[in-house]
Amino acid sequence: MTGLSVIVRRELYSYFATPVAYVFVAIFLMLAGIFTFYPGQFFERGQADLVSFFNYLPWLFLVLVPAVAMRLWAEERRSGTVELLMTLPLNPSVVVLGKFLGAWLFIGLALALTFPLWITVNFLGQPDNGVILATYLGGWLMAGGFLAIGSCLSALTRNQVVAFILTLVVGFLFVVSGFPMVQDAFVGWGPVWLLDGLSAISFLAHFDAIGRGVIDWRNLLYFLLVIAVWLLATVQVLKRD
Amino acid sequence: MIEVENVSRSFGRHRVVDSLSFRVNSGEVLGFLGPNGAGKTTTMRMITGYLATHGGTIRVCGHDVASDGRAARACIGYLPEGAPAWADMTVNAFLRFLGEARGLAGSTLEQRMAHVSRLVELEDVAQQRIETLSKGFRRRVGLAQALLHDPPVLVLDEPTDGLDPNQKHQVRALIRGLASDRTIIVSTHILEEVEAVCSRALIIANGRKVADATPMELLRRSDFHQAVQLRLKEPCPDPAALESLPGVTRLARDAEGRVLTLFPQPGAAIHESVANLVRERNWPVEALYVEPGRLDDVFRKLTRGDAA
Repeated sequence: MTGLSVIVRRELYSYFATPVAYVFVAIFLMLAGIFTFYPGQFFERGQADLVSFFNYLPWLFLVLVPAVAMRLWAEERRSGTVELLMTLPLNPSVVVLGKFLGAWLFIGLALALTFPLWITVNFLGQPDNGVILATYLGGWLMAGGFLAIGSCLSALTRNQVVAFILTLVVGFLFVVSGFPMVQDAFVGWGPVWLLDGLSAISFLAHFDAIGRGVIDWRNLLYFLLVIAVWLLATVQVLKRD
Repeated sequence: MIEVENVSRSFGRHRVVDSLSFRVNSGEVLGFLGPNGAGKTTTMRMITGYLATHGGTIRVCGHDVASDGRAARACIGYLPEGAPAWADMTVNAFLRFLGEARGLAGSTLEQRMAHVSRLVELEDVAQQRIETLSKGFRRRVGLAQALLHDPPVLVLDEPTDGLDPNQKHQVRALIRGLASDRTIIVSTHILEEVEAVCSRALIIANGRKVADATPMELLRRSDFHQAVQLRLKEPCPDPAALESLPGVTRLARDAEGRVLTLFPQPGAAIHESVANLVRERNWPVEALYVEPGRLDDVFRKLTRGDAA
C-alpha cells in the first residue's frame, strides 16, 4: 500500500506546512485545560482520574474536529487539486482513506499531547491506567467518527464554511441522539426500534461505556463501523462526479 | 492511443457533451477547439477518468476508462484546467508527492524530477512554495507534473494559458518535441497554436463535433483561402476593374481604399490576373500576397453555424 502511505504523509505534511496544525493543537489543549479544571473541577473532585477531562472531550471534538474535517475535500475541490488526486492511478477509496488517516493521526497527536493531565493524576494518586488508556482510545475513535462524517460532508461542497456547519450539525445529532430530551420527543408515538436505534447510534453512550472501564469490543467496533460507513459514503460522493 | 466513442455527459438537464466520437493515434497532436462552454474541459475530464461518462466508451492505450480506470489513468499525464496545485507545497515536494503516488521511487524519481524540471525550466524555483510563484511558473509546474512519469498519453488543458510569448513558444516547441512517440491532446482557444503545434484539429460546439481535420484542410474552408490582398501606396483608382476580374466573387477594402482583399470562387487562382492588372495599370504596389486562409474565420463559421 505505498499509494496509501504517500497520501497519508502528504495530508499530515499539509497540516504542518501551514499554521493549521499549531493553531489547532494550541486551541485544543487550551480548551481541554480550561474545561478540565474549571467546570470539570479536576482538583475539587479529589479523585485520581481523568473523568473531568473525558466528560468534555466529546463536546470539544464536536466543535474542533469539523474544523479539521472541513478542508479535507472542500478545499481540494475549490482549488481544483481534487482533479490531480482523482486522476492518479490509485483506487478512489485509497485516496479517501489516506486523507482520512492523515487527519486522524493528526487529531490523535493533539489528543496525545494532553498527556500532562495523565502524568498529573499519576503523581497525585493511583488512577486506573487501564481505564484511562481505554478512554483515550475511545476518544480517538470518537474523533474518527466525527472526522469521517466531516469527510463525507466536505466532499459534497467546495465551501469550507458549509462543510463545517453541516458536520457540526450532523455530529451534534450523533452526540445527542441518546439524550432524554431527544428520546422524549419520540416516546409515546415513535416505534420502539426508532428509540432503540437513536440511543444505539449515540456517540456519547458508546464513549461513556468505554469510559466506565467496561471494555466491550462492541463499543469500539461501533466507532469503526461509523467511520467505515461515512468513508464509503465519501467515496460514493466523489465517484458521483 | 485515445479512442472516444459516442460519449455523452450531462450536468443536470444540460447536455454538455453529446455523442462525441474521435480518436487520436500515437504521434499525433490533436488540437481541441471550441467556444467557451463547448465541452472541451468536460471531455478531457472524462478521458482522464475524473468525470464519469453518461453513455459511450473511452479507451486509453486500450484500457477502458470505466472498467479498467487505474490502468488507463497510469498511461495519462494530465494538466487540468487552471493548472491546480497545492499552494503550501514547494515545487520539489509537489513533484515528489505525485511521483511517489504514481509509483516512482528512489533514483528513478530523482532523475525524472530533475529531467522535467530542466524541460520546463523550474530548477531555480525548486525550493519555493507554489503559492509564491507567478501564473506562468505555476502553469509550468503543472506541465512538469504531467510529464513526470513519462506517460504515453498527454492531456493538456490550455497548456500555454498565462504564459508570456517566449514561454508560449518554448512550451509549443516542447510539445512538438514530445509528439513523435506520444498521443497528445491540447485544448486551446488560441488558434495560432493549432497551426504551430497540432497535426489535427477537432472543433466542437455545444458538445458536438463540427470539424475534425488537419489545420491545412481547415484553412481551405476559409473564405480567405487563396484570397489576394493588395496594398497600394495610394487609394485604388479603379476597384471595379479588380472586382470584375474572372474568378473574383467579392472585394473588400479598408476605409481609405488602399488595402483591398479579393475573394476567389472556390478553387480559383486569381493572384496572377490581379498581378497582371496591377502591372498594366501601373498602380504603385506596397504588397501583394495570397492568403493561406484564416482559422479564426473558419472557427467562427463552424461554431456559429452550429448554434444557429
